[in-house]
Amino acid sequence: MIRTHILVCTGTGCTSSGSLVTRDALLAELKKHGLEREIEVVETGCMGRCDLGPVLLVHPDGTFYKNVLAADVPMLVEEHFVKGRPYTKLLPQDPQTHNVVATQADFTFFNRQMRIVRYNCGVIDPENIEEYIARDGYSVLGKVLASMTPEQVIGEIKASGLRGRGGAGFPTGRKWEIMRQAPDFPKYVVCNADEGDPGAFMNRSVLEGDPHSVLEGMAIGAYAMGSNRGFIYIRAEYGLAVKRLHIAIEQAYKYGLLGKNILEKGFDFDVEVRIGAGAFVCGEETALMRSVEGRRGQPQPRPPFPAQRGLWGKPTNINNVETWATIRPIILRGAPWFASIGTEKTKGTKVFCLAGKINNTGVAELPFGTTLREMIFGVGGGIPNGKKFKAVQTGGPSGGVIPEQHLDIPVEYESLQKLGSIMGSGGMVVMDEDSCMVDVARFFMDFCCDESCGKCPPCRVGTRQMLSILERICNGQGKPDDIQKLEDLAAMVKDSSLCGLGQTAPNPVLTTLRYFRDEYMAHIVEKRCPARVCRELLHFEIDQVACKGCSICARACPVQTIHKVDGQKKFYITTETCIHCGACFEACRFDAVVKTSPGRTRTETPEDEVLAGEVKS
Amino acid sequence: MNLDELKKLKEKAQRQVALREGNKKYRVVFSMGTSGIAAGAREIMTAMLDEIDKRGIENVEVAVTGEIGLVDAEPVIRIEDRSGEKVTYANVNADAARKIVAEHLQKGKVVDGLAVGKTKEAERTK
Repeated sequence: MIRTHILVCTGTGCTSSGSLVTRDALLAELKKHGLEREIEVVETGCMGRCDLGPVLLVHPDGTFYKNVLAADVPMLVEEHFVKGRPYTKLLPQDPQTHNVVATQADFTFFNRQMRIVRYNCGVIDPENIEEYIARDGYSVLGKVLASMTPEQVIGEIKASGLRGRGGAGFPTGRKWEIMRQAPDFPKYVVCNADEGDPGAFMNRSVLEGDPHSVLEGMAIGAYAMGSNRGFIYIRAEYGLAVKRLHIAIEQAYKYGLLGKNILEKGFDFDVEVRIGAGAFVCGEETALMRSVEGRRGQPQPRPPFPAQRGLWGKPTNINNVETWATIRPIILRGAPWFASIGTEKTKGTKVFCLAGKINNTGVAELPFGTTLREMIFGVGGGIPNGKKFKAVQTGGPSGGVIPEQHLDIPVEYESLQKLGSIMGSGGMVVMDEDSCMVDVARFFMDFCCDESCGKCPPCRVGTRQMLSILERICNGQGKPDDIQKLEDLAAMVKDSSLCGLGQTAPNPVLTTLRYFRDEYMAHIVEKRCPARVCRELLHFEIDQVACKGCSICARACPVQTIHKVDGQKKFYITTETCIHCGACFEACRFDAVVKTSPGRTRTETPEDEVLAGEVKS
Repeated sequence: MNLDELKKLKEKAQRQVALREGNKKYRVVFSMGTSGIAAGAREIMTAMLDEIDKRGIENVEVAVTGEIGLVDAEPVIRIEDRSGEKVTYANVNADAARKIVAEHLQKGKVVDGLAVGKTKEAERTK
C-alpha cells in the first residue's frame, strides 16, 4: 500500500532551481531505506511559490518543504519518512509572524487563496491524464455533449458573468454567442497562450500544471460555437508548457477525448499547437491570427472582428488560457455558484502573479474585489527588508503604477481603469522606496519600443521619441518642457495607434506622471534622483569615520578611482573620475560608502541632509 | 471511450489521487521513535500495509510519528477515526497487526485483547 505521496513541483520555476535533481535524490534515498513501495514520488505542476523552489508537498499530512536541494534529501528522508517528524530546517517561515509553518494549510499565502482555475495545479501529475480524470476531468465535456444544447452552454456562460481573462474583460458568453450566429463555416477556436509581459507567468503555470483543463474548455467552447478545429498559440520560450501540451493532446486523442466522435457522441474536435517566436505584439488577436496562419505577426484594423473574418477569413473565437480553464468549473458547479464570487460587475477569481519587491513571490488565485492591500500585505506577505511600499504596477507594460493611497480599492477591470491602469493579464510588480518612478517608466517604455511591430508610425516613432525623452531625464539632461512633450506624445500614441500595444504603451508614463510628478521635477529641475537609482545623478563618498581601510571597495572599483589617503588607513573616491556604478557601495561591509543624489546645484536643502545621512541598510 | 467507460476510469483513477484529498475514515499512527524501531515497528508496519493492500481497504491512511510515550510496551500503534476517537494498541506483532486490519479497520471492531487505551478527544480536553 502507498501510504504517502511526495509531490515534487516540476514547474519552470522549481525545475530551474533543481527540482529534478532533488526528485532523483529522493527516489534513490527512499529506495535505500526500502520505502519505495510505500511512498510514491509524484511530479506536479506549479504550486505557486516559485521563490522557495524546489518545493515539496507531502500527503496526507500536508507538510510543505522549501528549498529542498539534493544534499538535504538524506536528512529529510530519515527525519520525515523514517522517523515521522517534520524536518524543521526546510519548513518555510511566515514573513510577517516569523513563525515556522508546518503545513500548506497554515500558510497565509495558500490559505487565503480561492482555487478555481488552479484547482488541479500542484495537485495532479499533468503528464498523466488519469489523475485529471480522477478529479472530474472530462466529465463536464461528457455532460455537455450528452445533455446540453450549444445554446444552453452559451446561456450558462452568459449567466455566470464570466469576462475574458486576457485583459480587456469582454463578456465571454456574448463573444461566444456572436460567434455562434456567424453564418460562415468552418469556424475556428483559438487559445491565446502568448503571455509576454514582464512579471506575468500565470498562463504558463496553468498550462504546465493542468493542460487538460484548457483542452476540455476549448472542446466545450467549440461545441457551443459550432467549431471542429482549435489552435493553441504559445511562445517557444515556454518549452515545458509546450511539451506538456503535446503530451496532454496525445493522451486525450488516445482516450477518445479529442478527435473524431468524442465520447461516442458524434462531436469532432481537433486541436493543434502553434508555436510563436515570442513577439509581444502576437498576443494581440489580429497579429496572433496572422502568426497562426504562418505570416508575419502584425495587427490588422478592426472591424472586421475575428468572429466575422478571422483565421483564413473564417469566423474565429480567441480566448485566453485562463478563460478556457474557467469554463469547466462553471459548468460543473453551475453559473449561480460562479456568479456569487467576485464583485457586482466582475465575477469569479483571477490568477495574479506577485513579483518584484514582495516577500511571497509567486502565483496566487484570488476572487475579484480583493483589495490591493490584501494582495500585497496579506497574501503577498509585505515588502522585504522592512522597506516602505511605493507603488505597484498592474497589467505589465500596458498598465500603470498605483500608489499607496489607492491600495484599498477592490481589484476589478473598471476600478483599475479609473486609476489609469489596467487589469491586463494579472501581473503585479511591487516596487519599494528604492525604485525610481522615472526609471520604471523608462524601463516599460523601452520594452514597448522594442516590441513595437513597426507597422504604424504613432507606435513605432512615438514610443521611440518618448523613450529618448525619458532616457534624457534619467541622465540628468531633462529640459523644463519635457513633461509637456511626454504628455502630448502620450496622447498622440494612445489615440492613433492601430492596436492595443500602442494604445496602452503610454500608460506607465501617464500614471507615473499622475502620481509621482514631483520625482520627474526633481530629475529635471534639481538634477536629483530621490530614490537614488539613476546613475548619472548619483554621488558616492566614503565616510571617513566608518571606513575600516579594508580596501574591498578599491578592489571592486572598475575604474581604479578609489585610493588610500597618503599616510592614513582610510580610502576616498576621486569624484571626477567616478562612473557612479555603485560597485563600491555593494562591496562595502561596513556601510561606509554613502550614496547620495545631491543634485547639480549643490545647494544644501534639509531633504539633502536627510538623504546624505542615509546609508546602505 | 464512451461516458460509462469514462465513469469507470474515473472511479479507478480516484484511488490513485485519494491520498492527496485527505478525509479518510481511519488514520493509523505508528510510534517510530528509537525504541519503536528497535522493537520492530518498521517490520510491523510493512506487514500492516501489506494486509491493507490485500484486503483492498481504501479508507485508511497510515502515518508515522515520534515516540508516543509507552516505551516499555513498544511497538505501539494508535488508530484515530474522524470523530476523534483514539484507540491505542501496545506490544503489537505482525500477526496482531494483521488482525487489527481485519477487525478494526475493516469491520470497525476494536480488538479487545490488544487495545490498551481508548480516549475520545472531546472528553480528554474537558
